[in-house]
Amino acid sequence: MKFFERLMRRRHEPSSGEVAKERLRLVLAHDRASISPALLETLKDEIVTVISRHIAIDADGVQVTFSQSARETRLVADIPLLAQRGQRKK
Amino acid sequence: MAARVLTVTSGKGGVGKTTLAANLAVALAMQGQRAVVIDADVGLRNLDVTLGLENRIVYDLVDVIEGRCRLRQALVRDKRLSELFLLPAAQTRDKSAVRPEDMMRVCESLREQHDFILIDSPAGIEQGFRCALAPADEILIVTNSEVAAVRDADRIIGLIEAEEQGPARLIINRIEPDMVRRGEMLGIADVVELLSIDLIGVVPEDKAILVATNRGQPLAFSSDSSLARRAFHNIARRLRGEDVPFMTLREPRVWERFFRFVRSGRD
Repeated sequence: MKFFERLMRRRHEPSSGEVAKERLRLVLAHDRASISPALLETLKDEIVTVISRHIAIDADGVQVTFSQSARETRLVADIPLLAQRGQRKK
Repeated sequence: MAARVLTVTSGKGGVGKTTLAANLAVALAMQGQRAVVIDADVGLRNLDVTLGLENRIVYDLVDVIEGRCRLRQALVRDKRLSELFLLPAAQTRDKSAVRPEDMMRVCESLREQHDFILIDSPAGIEQGFRCALAPADEILIVTNSEVAAVRDADRIIGLIEAEEQGPARLIINRIEPDMVRRGEMLGIADVVELLSIDLIGVVPEDKAILVATNRGQPLAFSSDSSLARRAFHNIARRLRGEDVPFMTLREPRVWERFFRFVRSGRD
């Protein structure tokens, strides 16, 4: 029983080393691109505005993040389109 | 053959730059290399006490730059290793007394007589760092597993890339294998992945380093078989182009220590 509890807890609570790595991943991405989290929010809002003019999108589901490979940083915008009429489930 | 200039830097203070620079210089000299180590931390002279040479200083880097003495007069020869020299920093001046051109000139005049010139950079990214970086052929970036240290190392790597200097290689200092195993510390692979530069060495946390430095006898001198001492010597060998595998960082078990002790008595 104890073993399972430990297993479960580990899944929910990442170790401090993992937390450190995740925090660093984000901080380094921001540092390297000289883009602050606040600027990223602004970018997101403006992207939503521009794209909404032409296509129906799910504004709440939009995510603007960094992706990291080697020493290159990319800005990635994930923009879910609203399902077309008739196909919507909700 | 003319010397290679290696700058040891980190961005963040307190990660062990000076201790590393001192021990690498000692290890290189013990391996028969003519090594000179320059303290570029003008105003906060530290390398002299780390090497145990504080009582032998007559002139310093700023005296050389301002023409009060010849370069050779300012070089402190180590009493234990005749191939090891220190060029001390000035203690009563500040970093504005040295310009990048000055450091480049000093290193140029040292190149002929030595195999390795190590520069111990001050912390930060201002003038002192710029001076330490200017003459570098290669850069050794020191970090430990702390979030702040890794972040600063990344900033330094970015600055070096922007200056088109390098190559830069990474030394991870003060790693505690037990904490890494328990997931309480960033591991070697994590830091290398985050910073994505080549690794040249890993030095485990070792209380013997402080004890040795207390006595002014850098650990690299000692004959004991501590992992940290071996790490310094391995980095020195890699700097000389040898292909030395990374060692397993684990505290030796009691019986292993015993056997090592018995064997060392026999040699």
